Amino acid sequence: MLSESVLVANRGEIARRILRTVRRLGLRAVAVHSEADADLPFVREADEAVLLGPAEPAKSYLDVERVLAAARSTGAEAVHPGYGFLAENAAFARAVTATGLTWIGPSPEAVEAMGDKINARNLMEAAGVPVADGTRQPVTGLLDAVAEAARIGYPVMVKTASGGGGIGMGVARDEAALTKAFDTASRAAARFGEGVPAILIERYIERARHVEVQILGLVNGTVVALGERDCSVQRRHQKVVEETPSPGLTPELREHMLKAAVRAGEVVAYRGAGTVEFLVDTVRRDFVFLEMNTRLQVEHPVTELVTGVDLVEQQLRIASGESYPMGVESAGHAVEFRVYAEDPKRFFPGPGLITVWEEPEGDGVRVDSGYTAGNTVTPYYDPLMAKLCVYGESRAQALERARKAAEAFRIEGPKHNLPLFTELLSRDEFVSGDYDTGLVSRMRS
Amino acid sequence: MAEVCAEMVANVWKVVVSEGDTVEEGDTLVILESMKMEIPVLAEDGGVVAQLKVAEGDVVQEGDVIAVIG
Repeated sequence: MLSESVLVANRGEIARRILRTVRRLGLRAVAVHSEADADLPFVREADEAVLLGPAEPAKSYLDVERVLAAARSTGAEAVHPGYGFLAENAAFARAVTATGLTWIGPSPEAVEAMGDKINARNLMEAAGVPVADGTRQPVTGLLDAVAEAARIGYPVMVKTASGGGGIGMGVARDEAALTKAFDTASRAAARFGEGVPAILIERYIERARHVEVQILGLVNGTVVALGERDCSVQRRHQKVVEETPSPGLTPELREHMLKAAVRAGEVVAYRGAGTVEFLVDTVRRDFVFLEMNTRLQVEHPVTELVTGVDLVEQQLRIASGESYPMGVESAGHAVEFRVYAEDPKRFFPGPGLITVWEEPEGDGVRVDSGYTAGNTVTPYYDPLMAKLCVYGESRAQALERARKAAEAFRIEGPKHNLPLFTELLSRDEFVSGDYDTGLVSRMRS
Repeated sequence: MAEVCAEMVANVWKVVVSEGDTVEEGDTLVILESMKMEIPVLAEDGGVVAQLKVAEGDVVQEGDVIAVIG
């Protein structure tokens, strides 16, 4: 039995998207929000909305007690965390379950096993999933970092063991750069992470594609792969455009990658929706495990567009213990553009009052947005305003529809990066499909 | 005297320099935070920090003066 009432512990576009499926299934949708978000569509569209507190995430969306109190006061039976905020917080998952509510996500143990990137890397290596040469123990001092980088060989990637979203990540091509990257990562770890800063150093892959696999862990214990997403269009190590299928995989490589992703899910007895991220070495034509995200992914709509599967519905059904077999068929091509409140040249944030907001429509066009005209984009949260998703029977058709949609999307007020998409869609490297994670920086150099 | 202004709405996360400090072109004066991103505010010219108009934790609006370099 599905829970009759679902609280979404998130905001913006993802809260709205989850609430939409909750309502479609005839369930009661409960939103929680901060003072800064009171006027946003996700609050208005929910059946019930509870004010958590001030704008600062620590006093609202990250406050476990306030979220649980909202669930109690509204009689919600289940909690969906979305992505970010408390989504990969095992203590929150345990607190939700301890309160007698249904947690819409994987087990806290799976969250913890994958949350520490060094542990995850070691688990995968032991299970036979390919990993890049790197550190098997947390690096806590600069001397160790220098020694490990020398062993692995430059260039290396330096990142925090606990962080995510590209924060604190850096490439080092020599010892001087390593010192700087280690300092950046350590500061990020101290600021965003928990406990002792722990750094992971791995071989850096030049000309890499970032390709990830959507998995679903079913109630009967089987893990199903729902295809891949290519997320190689990035700025500051953060995704801007995603597409599926990946134009950079051979059928053999895709098959190996999907199997590796299923294996990764099986290793942690994964249940629900998760994403296994890989880096593809375009020169060597192989791939290595990057990390696993134990939650719904920002770019999940492209998978939904080609498979016809509503991933949020699957999450709800799996969380409520519904057991069913699942076959996956996919057709066509889908691409997603992340519409950020940032300038399209330097990618600096530019919050502000939205005076004009007109979403494009048309065949194959889906817009998941968190805002509308009259709303204010505030500096407290991430800059994602909307996701422009486009489906086509072929990649060429999807890109052609995307060109029209990007031009028809009108936003005035905050800065926005729509011009970047128009630029990308006329750039040979992107249009040909033969691109890697360096694409955007080459466009801006 | 040159004014260094905020380019966006942001929180002042870190103040790196003090009034009276000598800075060179490109030195970081303060680090702002907006939308989960750290944005360093740099000196456009060398000189002495004559005035520092913000403190850590302040909220600045686009166009607000952060520092005056003389």
